[in-house]
Amino acid sequence: MTAASDIDTRSKNPVAQSDRVFGALTLAAAILVLLVLVGVFISLVMGAWPALQKFGPAFLWTKSWNPVTNKFGAIAPLYGTVVTSIVAMVIAVPVGLGVAIFLTDLCPRVLRRPLGIAIELLAGIPSIIYGIWGLFVFAPFMQSTIQPALIATLGKLPVIGALFAGPPYGIGLFTAGLILAMMILPFIASLSRDIFGTVPPMLREAAYGMGMTRWEVNRHIVIPHVRTALVGGIMLSLGRALGETMAVTFVIGNAHRISGSILAPGTTISAAIANEFNEATTPMYVSSLIALGLVLFILTFIVLACAQWMLRRMKAKAGV
Amino acid sequence: MSASMTRRKAVNAVMMTLSTGAAVLGLVVLALILMHLLVRGAGALNLAVFTQDTPSPNAAGGLRNAIVGSLMMSAIAVAIGTPIGILAGTYMAEYGRFAKLSKVIRFVNDILLSAPSIIVGLFVYQLLVVSFGHFSGLAGSVALAILVIPIVVRTTEDMLLLVPDQLREAGLAMGWPRWIVIRQIAYKAAMSGIMTGVLLAVARISGETAPLLFTALSNNFFSLNMTQPMSSLPITIFQFALSPYQNWQDLAWAGALLITIAVLALSIIARLVTSRKEKS
Repeated sequence: MTAASDIDTRSKNPVAQSDRVFGALTLAAAILVLLVLVGVFISLVMGAWPALQKFGPAFLWTKSWNPVTNKFGAIAPLYGTVVTSIVAMVIAVPVGLGVAIFLTDLCPRVLRRPLGIAIELLAGIPSIIYGIWGLFVFAPFMQSTIQPALIATLGKLPVIGALFAGPPYGIGLFTAGLILAMMILPFIASLSRDIFGTVPPMLREAAYGMGMTRWEVNRHIVIPHVRTALVGGIMLSLGRALGETMAVTFVIGNAHRISGSILAPGTTISAAIANEFNEATTPMYVSSLIALGLVLFILTFIVLACAQWMLRRMKAKAGV
Repeated sequence: MSASMTRRKAVNAVMMTLSTGAAVLGLVVLALILMHLLVRGAGALNLAVFTQDTPSPNAAGGLRNAIVGSLMMSAIAVAIGTPIGILAGTYMAEYGRFAKLSKVIRFVNDILLSAPSIIVGLFVYQLLVVSFGHFSGLAGSVALAILVIPIVVRTTEDMLLLVPDQLREAGLAMGWPRWIVIRQIAYKAAMSGIMTGVLLAVARISGETAPLLFTALSNNFFSLNMTQPMSSLPITIFQFALSPYQNWQDLAWAGALLITIAVLALSIIARLVTSRKEKS
């Protein structure tokens, strides 16, 4: 394929001109994609400007969120975003990898394809479905069964006990983290299954030939071989968890505070924006919410950019 | 058998049991979600859901305005997003295959693909709602279109790159200009793949809630006017589920079931389109 420039040097016959028009059209569309991302960033900075000017960098670590006194800070929703994502990743990553190992190594051949397809389909279910289920089914169950059990057992332990203290609200950071885990589980599982599938069969066969057990093959051959891509895939899922709105908003409790206990209600950046944006009355309130959005955008951009870089590296390696 | 072999076998058995357990746990949880959805949703589903508009608390009603609003906004989002996505993907795979710009756009596109959708909502709010002074169905469509574009760009580029260059060279050798070659050869060969991308994009946006919250807002009445606030299924589910009224909560479940069925059906059709192509 030649570069677009040699089209321009051709004569002015109508055919060449029509080609130039179509080429320019595709270029314009491609640049539009670029402009959308730039536009998102600029519009967020512009919208957040009044708040950023008033609060300065202290916005990031101010605890207050008070529409009456017009004083806003991001630390409580930022804390909630990070805690719920950590809970989700701690649960979903090992379970997701387990599912992937099961699908590639253990599953009976007849079930392999249908189960793989089922998991891929589940990865496409919109987050509001997980949210409504969390609100009506999971949160009451947490309140009546799981949280009292956690408070009675883990809550009594010396150091980590503080994490599981307090009354069982049902909703809260922990419940939101669990819902997030369920939501990203199919995503992690199908992504890691695809990544495991890129391991050349010769490597596995050689390892089995040397007398390694299934676990040893996965632990010492498969996972090290695809490590970069796996980390990339996990960061991609983290990017989703950080920005997820609907699965979280239903069960987080929407409280702008930082509690020692992860069973307590809290809020995340996306939940705060979703809940409060249409009710924000003063310009400073709106601007502070957009500033929260800017923080989230920068955070997810960094995570997603790292993920892209790692996945690219694997592709480059596989290409060689 | 040596002691170390016994230990290795024991470790293997434990880890394999754990991974089977993980698969069972995952499937059970996801099956539970679908089961509750089916039971609660099907219980609330009746003809009135499709023929009546969203009711006031404790009155009879349905989701007609929300369903129509969702369909209209999704249709316009696809109408805006698909051509832009296909053209951009065409640039990356054809005219600019070796250009630096394509690398940059590929990176940007992959970021957009996973960027939080609520951020897209904020962007369109600033772009269209603030400047026009009111919420509108059109703003909602634009927000959804921004989610459609990266999916279509990605699949178009991938599918066009799968088309063998010999086909293009054959076209060029007949004296066709490149844009005819692209249209008559490359698009035809990549058509089913691009269709799959569009279908997956529709599946993705049909459940999106966050980008509509402050663009399309909502509307309790039946409206076909895209310049006014417009009702949609996800927003209605969001509002009704959090309400204290039983009939609203029931409608929220019915809506959730409808969205899930639509998304699953679209994904399955998208799969069938590709697998039929693979066979032929």
